[in-house]
Amino acid sequence: MKKLTRFMGLFSALALLLILMTSCGSNSALSKRDVLQADKESNTITWGVKADTKLFGLMNVKTNQVEGFEIDLAKAMTKEILGKNGKAIFVPVTSQTRVPLLRNGNIDAIMATMTITPDRAKQVDFTRSYFNAGQAILVKKGSPIKSVKDLDKSGSVVLGVTGSNSVENIAKYAPKARVLQLSDYAQALTALKSGQGQALTTDNGILYGMSVENPGYTVVGGSFTKEPYGIAVNKGQDKFRHRLNKALTTLEKNGTYNRILKKWFGNVQGFNYEEMKR
Amino acid sequence: MIHIFATQWPLLLEGLGRTLLCSIIALFFSLIIGSLFAIFEIMPNKIMRVIGNIYVEVFRNIPLLVITMFFFVVIPLYVTKINGFTAGTIGLTIYTSAFIAETVRSGIQSVDPGQMEGAMSNGLTFWQSMRYVVLPQAFKIVIPPLGNQFINLVKNSSVLAFVAGFDLMYQGNMIANNTLQTMPTFFVVGILYLVITMPLSYYMRYLEKKLA
Repeated sequence: MKKLTRFMGLFSALALLLILMTSCGSNSALSKRDVLQADKESNTITWGVKADTKLFGLMNVKTNQVEGFEIDLAKAMTKEILGKNGKAIFVPVTSQTRVPLLRNGNIDAIMATMTITPDRAKQVDFTRSYFNAGQAILVKKGSPIKSVKDLDKSGSVVLGVTGSNSVENIAKYAPKARVLQLSDYAQALTALKSGQGQALTTDNGILYGMSVENPGYTVVGGSFTKEPYGIAVNKGQDKFRHRLNKALTTLEKNGTYNRILKKWFGNVQGFNYEEMKR
Repeated sequence: MIHIFATQWPLLLEGLGRTLLCSIIALFFSLIIGSLFAIFEIMPNKIMRVIGNIYVEVFRNIPLLVITMFFFVVIPLYVTKINGFTAGTIGLTIYTSAFIAETVRSGIQSVDPGQMEGAMSNGLTFWQSMRYVVLPQAFKIVIPPLGNQFINLVKNSSVLAFVAGFDLMYQGNMIANNTLQTMPTFFVVGILYLVITMPLSYYMRYLEKKLA
């Protein structure tokens, strides 16, 4: 009898957990909410941005503010959509947390070096691309590795970041290499420095940022994929998405986009600013 | 949920295997190292006592993640190349051994001092009386808290995910990111951890009943 009650307890606990799970899964109230309307009422847009990526979005420890290309672009877009008094709120996200945070409504849009891929487009909706990155590799200066092809042999180890699609690309371009996925770029760079792998792979813009900070490391071989970054919004928020696209077009036409691009990428060695101008 | 397991089982099983392997290695060595430092802590020799105390206090009071990152980043830089799995297992062993040392020490001290005196007055050396008289009684007392440490060890092995140790948590992170099915993936991962910890906790309970 005692055993039976114990099993019943365990069983009911599991059942409760399942109920909780299913109730979390269907957040119908959130998907019905019109984000654009809500943002206009509160006069704020909440953006999910990177806080660990030099040039795109990096936390400045002195001012306690996130700074970077994406931050400036998001601020400009917020002003374009909500008017001069519109306020942009920035929530730091990682490659792992950004989609769950968007889905549960903590952020309105993701602008966090997120490549538009067909798989992701099934989960979220993307705007037009606002930055055309490409995947490249970062190695120690003087390394025998000159391009991604040199990594395609057994025994070579490539470092990447969990949740980024660059890891999957390595399986395509250097199938024999082993990939270690670390939790963020800072950690991946530390692992590269301590020799846990021969190369670090991700999008070139991020790698250029790292080589600016760490002169002993350099980007080699050019980019071998096309990685268009897009702004992600929840499914069913077409009005908000169209408005973002429109704001992006306006900023491209009135020169704000180029100004922001030049501010962050104008002086980066090896980065072709003229080619990226819109 | 079933879908996740059906499509991703090779990754999940590899993760389960790694977690199990890491746990077994860390459990074995941390029990030995922990018991050794527990004895150091109560030895009559003062230097040994100080060594034991320093070891326990240092590693008990540093977060596991910091110890592990040290072995992952610093050791390859200056000493020898070790991969994430090794670094994580070493970190886990050292961290857990400090807790086990404290647990075992409390067990040894709860054995009547007369037992030690009696053994030594019968001509046994310190180590002999420890090994044959005191420790068998001490372990009987500390089985329940020791079981806690073992279960914590299995769960703490998820630290391997941060140093690319290919364990269950690492694979879970990867699957969650590839499929974007975060909730079901971690539900499956949680169940797989239970697969290891539940039998362990029942075995410890069995031992407790059998030996008490």
